[in-house]
Amino acid sequence: MDQYQFLTSLAGLIFSLGLLGVVLRRNLLVVMMCLEIMLNAVVLSFVGFAVRSQTLPGIAMTFFIYVAASCEIALAMAIVVLLVKRRGSLDLGAHQELKG
Amino acid sequence: MIPVFLGLFSLLALIFAVLVVTLRQPMRCALSLVAHMISLAGIYATLGAHVIAMFQILIYVGAVMVFMVYTIMLLDDRDNSYRHPYSIKAITCLVVGGALAAAIWAAIGHTITPAAAAIPAVDPFTFSAFSLAFMKQYWFHFELATVLLLVGVVAAWAAVKEGL
Repeated sequence: MDQYQFLTSLAGLIFSLGLLGVVLRRNLLVVMMCLEIMLNAVVLSFVGFAVRSQTLPGIAMTFFIYVAASCEIALAMAIVVLLVKRRGSLDLGAHQELKG
Repeated sequence: MIPVFLGLFSLLALIFAVLVVTLRQPMRCALSLVAHMISLAGIYATLGAHVIAMFQILIYVGAVMVFMVYTIMLLDDRDNSYRHPYSIKAITCLVVGGALAAAIWAAIGHTITPAAAAIPAVDPFTFSAFSLAFMKQYWFHFELATVLLLVGVVAAWAAVKEGL
């Protein structure tokens, strides 16, 4: 296994860890953090492939992923604060009536 | 030396990712996530992608995680999810997650062919190459990204305003 195979496998492993956290944890904020882990795994695979091919598109794509992640976290944190104000709990079980 | 640093940072990234999933307090999870992101930045720097290592620290650790830490401090985290941090189907999740991780490790690592050992004459990941590519090739995408950021700010403001 060379270093690029290792990096891609590592990205897959980190992605599955994040996914495990999303389905396992009950705290809204920790679920958001696990989503960030999944996003980081995607960035790692992009960088791995970009370094392997020695081309810039993969690196440019990671920049746009960072922009999307910033927007996502700004909006998600606003929604989390509103949800907690409404239900008084960070527990996912308290938000089961959400629709759509 | 590169394989040593790569292995070290990969191990740290994995350990801190596990800590994010397993620790009880959200603030400790957030600090573990910061350490995880710094470890990933170390991997990028080891690979020579210094631009991305810098962005990882500046944007993720410096902006996204600070935002998350503020939110944790704003909210009371000692609720039901603190007493019972894991889902009631934790065993099933662990089995499925473990099987998925093993499958990905086995499948991806062996389907990608080993790279040729050729070293390029010019390093394509310098700041100048990155900046030139953004000014010449990706200028439209860059402008779209600024629009996306603006929409994100307006949407967050509108969500908070409607909710209060």
